[in-house]
Amino acid sequence: MDHAAAAPAPHHETATGLDTFKLGFWTFIGSETLFFGSLIATYMVYKGQSVRGPYPSDVFDIPLTSISTFVLLMSSLMMVLALAAVQRGDRKGTLTWLLATAGFGAIFLGFQSYEFTHFYHEGLTLGTNLFGSSFFVLTGFHGAHVTIGVIWLMALWVQALRGKLGQADAVKVEVAGLYWHFVDIVWIVIFTLVYLLE
Amino acid sequence: MAHPTTHGQGGAHGEHSHPGVKQYVTIAAILTIITALEVAVFYIPALASALLYILLALSAGKFALVVMYYMHLKHDSKIFSGVFFAPMSLAVGVVIAMVILFKVIPLI
Repeated sequence: MDHAAAAPAPHHETATGLDTFKLGFWTFIGSETLFFGSLIATYMVYKGQSVRGPYPSDVFDIPLTSISTFVLLMSSLMMVLALAAVQRGDRKGTLTWLLATAGFGAIFLGFQSYEFTHFYHEGLTLGTNLFGSSFFVLTGFHGAHVTIGVIWLMALWVQALRGKLGQADAVKVEVAGLYWHFVDIVWIVIFTLVYLLE
Repeated sequence: MAHPTTHGQGGAHGEHSHPGVKQYVTIAAILTIITALEVAVFYIPALASALLYILLALSAGKFALVVMYYMHLKHDSKIFSGVFFAPMSLAVGVVIAMVILFKVIPLI
Protein backbone atom coordinates (compact mmCIF):
# COMPACT_ATOMS: atom_id res chain seq x y z
CA MET A 1 0.00 0.00 0.00
CA ASP A 2 1.27 3.47 -0.80
CA HIS A 3 1.96 4.92 2.61
CA ALA A 4 1.65 8.49 1.32
CA ALA A 5 -1.95 7.80 0.45
CA ALA A 6 -2.71 6.03 3.72
CA ALA A 7 -5.34 7.37 6.07
CA PRO A 8 -4.05 9.68 8.80
CA ALA A 9 -2.92 7.98 11.98
CA PRO A 10 -5.57 8.03 14.70
CA HIS A 11 -5.12 10.88 17.14
CA HIS A 12 -4.17 9.86 20.67
CA GLU A 13 -5.49 12.03 23.47
CA THR A 14 -2.88 13.46 25.82
CA ALA A 15 -3.21 15.34 29.11
CA THR A 16 -2.01 18.56 27.46
CA GLY A 17 -3.87 17.98 24.22
CA LEU A 18 -0.53 18.32 22.44
CA ASP A 19 1.57 15.90 20.46
CA THR A 20 3.99 14.46 23.03
CA PHE A 21 6.78 13.99 20.46
CA LYS A 22 6.64 17.67 19.59
CA LEU A 23 6.35 18.79 23.20
CA GLY A 24 9.32 16.63 24.20
CA PHE A 25 11.35 18.01 21.34
CA TRP A 26 10.55 21.60 22.25
CA THR A 27 11.79 20.80 25.76
CA PHE A 28 15.01 19.43 24.26
CA ILE A 29 15.41 22.62 22.20
CA GLY A 30 14.91 24.62 25.41
CA SER A 31 17.82 22.73 26.98
CA GLU A 32 19.89 23.37 23.86
CA THR A 33 19.45 27.12 24.31
CA LEU A 34 21.18 26.78 27.69
CA PHE A 35 23.99 24.74 26.11
CA PHE A 36 24.66 27.30 23.39
CA GLY A 37 24.04 30.15 25.84
CA SER A 38 26.94 28.93 27.98
CA LEU A 39 29.22 28.61 24.94
CA ILE A 40 28.29 32.10 23.72
CA ALA A 41 28.79 33.54 27.23
CA THR A 42 32.25 31.93 27.35
CA TYR A 43 33.16 33.41 23.96
CA MET A 44 31.96 36.85 25.04
CA VAL A 45 33.92 36.73 28.31
CA TYR A 46 37.13 35.78 26.49
CA LYS A 47 36.51 38.35 23.76
CA GLY A 48 39.54 40.63 23.43
CA GLN A 49 41.46 38.77 26.16
CA SER A 50 43.94 36.96 23.88
CA VAL A 51 47.51 38.04 24.59
CA ARG A 52 48.76 36.92 21.17
CA GLY A 53 47.33 36.56 17.68
CA PRO A 54 45.88 35.74 15.33
CA TYR A 55 42.99 37.96 16.40
CA PRO A 56 39.48 37.90 14.90
CA SER A 57 40.20 40.87 12.61
CA ASP A 58 43.23 38.99 11.21
CA VAL A 59 41.31 35.94 10.08
CA PHE A 60 37.60 36.70 9.60
CA ASP A 61 36.30 37.00 6.06
CA ILE A 62 32.92 38.71 6.48
CA PRO A 63 31.79 38.49 2.81
CA LEU A 64 32.42 34.73 2.82
CA THR A 65 30.64 34.18 6.13
CA SER A 66 27.74 36.36 4.91
CA ILE A 67 27.29 33.99 1.96
CA SER A 68 27.31 30.92 4.22
CA THR A 69 24.78 32.68 6.51
CA PHE A 70 22.55 33.30 3.49
CA VAL A 71 22.85 29.62 2.50
CA LEU A 72 21.74 28.49 5.97
CA LEU A 73 18.83 30.96 5.99
CA MET A 74 17.66 29.66 2.61
CA SER A 75 17.91 26.09 3.86
CA SER A 76 15.33 27.06 6.50
CA LEU A 77 12.99 28.20 3.72
CA MET A 78 13.45 24.85 1.98
CA MET A 79 12.73 23.05 5.25
CA VAL A 80 9.34 24.72 5.67
CA LEU A 81 8.58 24.03 1.99
CA ALA A 82 9.35 20.34 2.66
CA LEU A 83 6.95 20.42 5.62
CA ALA A 84 4.23 22.09 3.55
CA ALA A 85 4.74 19.44 0.85
CA VAL A 86 4.49 16.47 3.21
CA GLN A 87 1.41 17.99 4.89
CA ARG A 88 -0.43 18.14 1.57
CA GLY A 89 0.75 14.65 0.56
CA ASP A 90 3.04 15.89 -2.23
CA ARG A 91 5.68 13.13 -2.35
CA LYS A 92 7.72 14.72 -5.15
CA GLY A 93 7.78 18.06 -3.35
CA THR A 94 8.77 16.39 -0.10
CA LEU A 95 11.68 14.59 -1.79
CA THR A 96 12.83 17.73 -3.59
CA TRP A 97 12.75 20.09 -0.62
CA LEU A 98 14.21 17.62 1.89
CA LEU A 99 17.13 16.99 -0.46
CA ALA A 100 17.56 20.72 -1.10
CA THR A 101 17.60 21.46 2.64
CA ALA A 102 20.20 18.77 3.29
CA GLY A 103 22.20 19.97 0.29
CA PHE A 104 22.27 23.57 1.51
CA GLY A 105 23.23 22.31 4.96
CA ALA A 106 26.12 20.41 3.36
CA ILE A 107 27.19 23.57 1.48
CA PHE A 108 27.20 25.48 4.78
CA LEU A 109 29.43 22.76 6.26
CA GLY A 110 31.71 23.11 3.24
CA PHE A 111 32.07 26.82 3.97
CA GLN A 112 32.82 26.06 7.60
CA SER A 113 35.43 23.43 6.69
CA TYR A 114 37.09 25.93 4.35
CA GLU A 115 37.06 28.58 7.07
CA PHE A 116 38.54 26.27 9.70
CA THR A 117 41.26 25.12 7.29
CA HIS A 118 42.05 28.73 6.37
CA PHE A 119 42.27 29.71 10.04
CA TYR A 120 44.58 26.76 10.72
CA HIS A 121 46.91 27.90 7.94
CA GLU A 122 46.83 31.41 9.44
CA GLY A 123 48.14 29.89 12.68
CA LEU A 124 44.88 29.79 14.65
CA THR A 125 44.18 26.48 16.37
CA LEU A 126 42.19 25.34 19.39
CA GLY A 127 45.23 25.90 21.60
CA THR A 128 46.69 29.09 20.10
CA ASN A 129 44.89 31.62 22.29
CA LEU A 130 41.59 32.29 24.09
CA PHE A 131 39.97 33.43 20.85
CA GLY A 132 40.92 30.18 19.09
CA SER A 133 39.69 28.01 21.97
CA SER A 134 36.33 29.72 22.43
CA PHE A 135 35.73 30.26 18.69
CA PHE A 136 36.42 26.69 17.60
CA VAL A 137 34.43 25.17 20.48
CA LEU A 138 31.39 27.38 19.79
CA THR A 139 31.33 27.14 16.00
CA GLY A 140 32.52 23.52 16.08
CA PHE A 141 29.55 22.46 18.22
CA HIS A 142 27.25 24.40 15.91
CA GLY A 143 28.78 22.62 12.91
CA ALA A 144 28.28 19.27 14.65
CA HIS A 145 24.60 20.14 15.09
CA VAL A 146 24.32 21.00 11.38
CA THR A 147 25.98 17.67 10.52
CA ILE A 148 23.45 15.77 12.66
CA GLY A 149 20.67 17.75 10.96
CA VAL A 150 21.92 16.83 7.47
CA ILE A 151 22.06 13.13 8.44
CA TRP A 152 18.55 13.34 9.92
CA LEU A 153 17.17 15.02 6.78
CA MET A 154 18.79 12.42 4.54
CA ALA A 155 17.25 9.65 6.67
CA LEU A 156 13.83 11.27 6.16
CA TRP A 157 14.56 11.61 2.43
CA VAL A 158 15.30 7.88 2.19
CA GLN A 159 12.04 7.16 4.05
CA ALA A 160 10.15 9.40 1.61
CA LEU A 161 11.89 7.74 -1.34
CA ARG A 162 10.73 4.34 -0.12
CA GLY A 163 7.18 5.62 0.22
CA LYS A 164 7.23 5.49 4.01
CA LEU A 165 6.80 9.19 4.72
CA GLY A 166 3.26 10.27 4.01
CA GLN A 167 0.85 12.86 5.35
CA ALA A 168 0.33 10.80 8.48
CA ASP A 169 4.05 11.20 9.27
CA ALA A 170 4.13 14.98 8.84
CA VAL A 171 5.03 15.44 12.50
CA LYS A 172 8.36 13.65 11.85
CA VAL A 173 9.27 16.28 9.27
CA GLU A 174 7.95 19.05 11.51
CA VAL A 175 10.18 17.98 14.41
CA ALA A 176 13.22 17.63 12.13
CA GLY A 177 12.33 21.13 10.93
CA LEU A 178 12.25 22.46 14.50
CA TYR A 179 15.78 21.15 14.99
CA TRP A 180 16.93 22.63 11.70
CA HIS A 181 15.45 26.06 12.43
CA PHE A 182 16.98 26.01 15.90
CA VAL A 183 20.41 25.43 14.33
CA ASP A 184 19.60 28.39 12.07
CA ILE A 185 18.70 30.76 14.92
CA VAL A 186 21.85 29.79 16.81
CA TRP A 187 23.82 30.81 13.72
CA ILE A 188 21.91 34.10 13.51
CA VAL A 189 23.21 34.91 17.00
CA ILE A 190 26.75 33.64 16.29
CA PHE A 191 26.99 35.63 13.06
CA THR A 192 26.15 38.84 14.91
CA LEU A 193 28.02 38.37 18.19
CA VAL A 194 31.11 36.58 16.89
CA TYR A 195 31.65 37.86 13.35
CA LEU A 196 30.03 41.28 13.02
CA LEU A 197 30.81 42.50 16.54
CA GLU A 198 34.41 41.33 16.35
CA MET B 1 -0.30 27.48 -2.59
CA ALA B 2 -0.90 30.72 -0.81
CA HIS B 3 -3.33 29.59 1.84
CA PRO B 4 -2.33 28.51 5.30
CA THR B 5 -1.76 24.78 5.45
CA THR B 6 -3.45 22.63 8.01
CA HIS B 7 -1.30 21.03 10.64
CA GLY B 8 0.06 17.58 10.01
CA GLN B 9 -2.39 14.86 10.85
CA GLY B 10 -0.15 13.83 13.67
CA GLY B 11 -1.05 17.09 15.34
CA ALA B 12 -3.34 17.57 18.27
CA HIS B 13 -5.53 20.10 20.03
CA GLY B 14 -4.00 23.51 20.63
CA GLU B 15 -1.94 23.34 17.44
CA HIS B 16 -3.29 25.56 14.72
CA SER B 17 -2.83 26.08 11.00
CA HIS B 18 0.64 26.99 9.75
CA PRO B 19 1.55 29.77 7.30
CA GLY B 20 1.35 29.02 3.58
CA VAL B 21 4.13 28.81 0.98
CA LYS B 22 3.70 32.45 -0.06
CA GLN B 23 4.20 33.63 3.51
CA TYR B 24 7.24 31.36 3.94
CA VAL B 25 8.86 32.89 0.84
CA THR B 26 8.03 36.42 2.03
CA ILE B 27 9.72 35.70 5.38
CA ALA B 28 12.79 34.37 3.54
CA ALA B 29 12.98 37.57 1.50
CA ILE B 30 12.77 39.69 4.68
CA LEU B 31 15.48 37.56 6.33
CA THR B 32 17.72 38.08 3.30
CA ILE B 33 17.18 41.85 3.37
CA ILE B 34 17.95 42.03 7.11
CA THR B 35 21.14 40.00 6.60
CA ALA B 36 22.21 42.34 3.80
CA LEU B 37 21.49 45.32 6.10
CA GLU B 38 23.60 43.76 8.86
CA VAL B 39 26.57 43.38 6.54
CA ALA B 40 26.07 46.88 5.10
CA VAL B 41 25.95 48.45 8.58
CA PHE B 42 29.17 46.61 9.46
CA TYR B 43 30.99 48.42 6.63
CA ILE B 44 29.69 51.95 7.37
CA PRO B 45 32.24 53.71 9.64
CA ALA B 46 29.76 56.47 10.54
CA LEU B 47 27.57 53.89 12.31
CA ALA B 48 30.42 52.39 14.33
CA SER B 49 29.27 53.97 17.61
CA ALA B 50 25.77 52.51 17.26
CA LEU B 51 26.88 49.24 15.63
CA LEU B 52 26.20 47.11 18.72
CA TYR B 53 22.60 48.27 19.12
CA ILE B 54 21.77 48.22 15.40
CA LEU B 55 23.16 44.70 14.93
CA LEU B 56 21.47 43.37 18.07
CA ALA B 57 18.12 44.80 16.91
CA LEU B 58 18.48 43.35 13.40
CA SER B 59 19.58 39.99 14.77
CA ALA B 60 16.65 39.92 17.21
CA GLY B 61 14.31 40.63 14.30
CA LYS B 62 15.66 37.68 12.31
CA PHE B 63 15.51 35.45 15.36
CA ALA B 64 11.88 36.39 16.02
CA LEU B 65 10.82 35.82 12.40
CA VAL B 66 12.31 32.32 12.28
CA VAL B 67 10.91 31.33 15.67
CA MET B 68 7.44 32.77 15.08
CA TYR B 69 6.85 31.72 11.48
CA TYR B 70 9.24 28.90 10.54
CA MET B 71 9.05 27.22 13.95
CA HIS B 72 5.33 28.11 14.09
CA LEU B 73 5.31 29.45 17.65
CA LYS B 74 2.99 32.25 16.52
CA HIS B 75 0.40 29.68 15.50
CA ASP B 76 1.06 26.74 17.83
CA SER B 77 0.12 26.18 21.46
CA LYS B 78 1.48 28.64 24.03
CA ILE B 79 2.85 25.66 25.96
CA PHE B 80 5.49 25.19 23.23
CA SER B 81 6.39 28.88 23.58
CA GLY B 82 6.72 28.42 27.33
CA VAL B 83 9.06 25.42 27.19
CA PHE B 84 11.24 27.30 24.69
CA PHE B 85 11.27 30.86 26.01
CA ALA B 86 11.69 29.98 29.72
CA PRO B 87 15.13 28.33 29.33
CA MET B 88 16.04 30.77 26.56
CA SER B 89 15.42 33.69 28.93
CA LEU B 90 17.70 32.01 31.45
CA ALA B 91 20.39 31.53 28.78
CA VAL B 92 20.13 35.18 27.69
CA GLY B 93 20.29 36.22 31.34
CA VAL B 94 23.47 34.18 31.84
CA VAL B 95 25.10 35.78 28.77
CA ILE B 96 24.15 39.31 29.89
CA ALA B 97 25.32 38.66 33.46
CA MET B 98 28.68 37.31 32.28
CA VAL B 99 29.16 40.20 29.86
CA ILE B 100 28.50 42.73 32.63
CA LEU B 101 30.53 40.85 35.27
CA PHE B 102 33.58 40.63 33.03
CA LYS B 103 33.02 44.15 31.69
CA VAL B 104 33.03 43.07 28.05
CA ILE B 105 30.54 45.91 27.68
CA PRO B 106 31.24 48.33 30.55
CA LEU B 107 27.83 49.43 31.80
CA ILE B 108 28.88 50.52 35.30
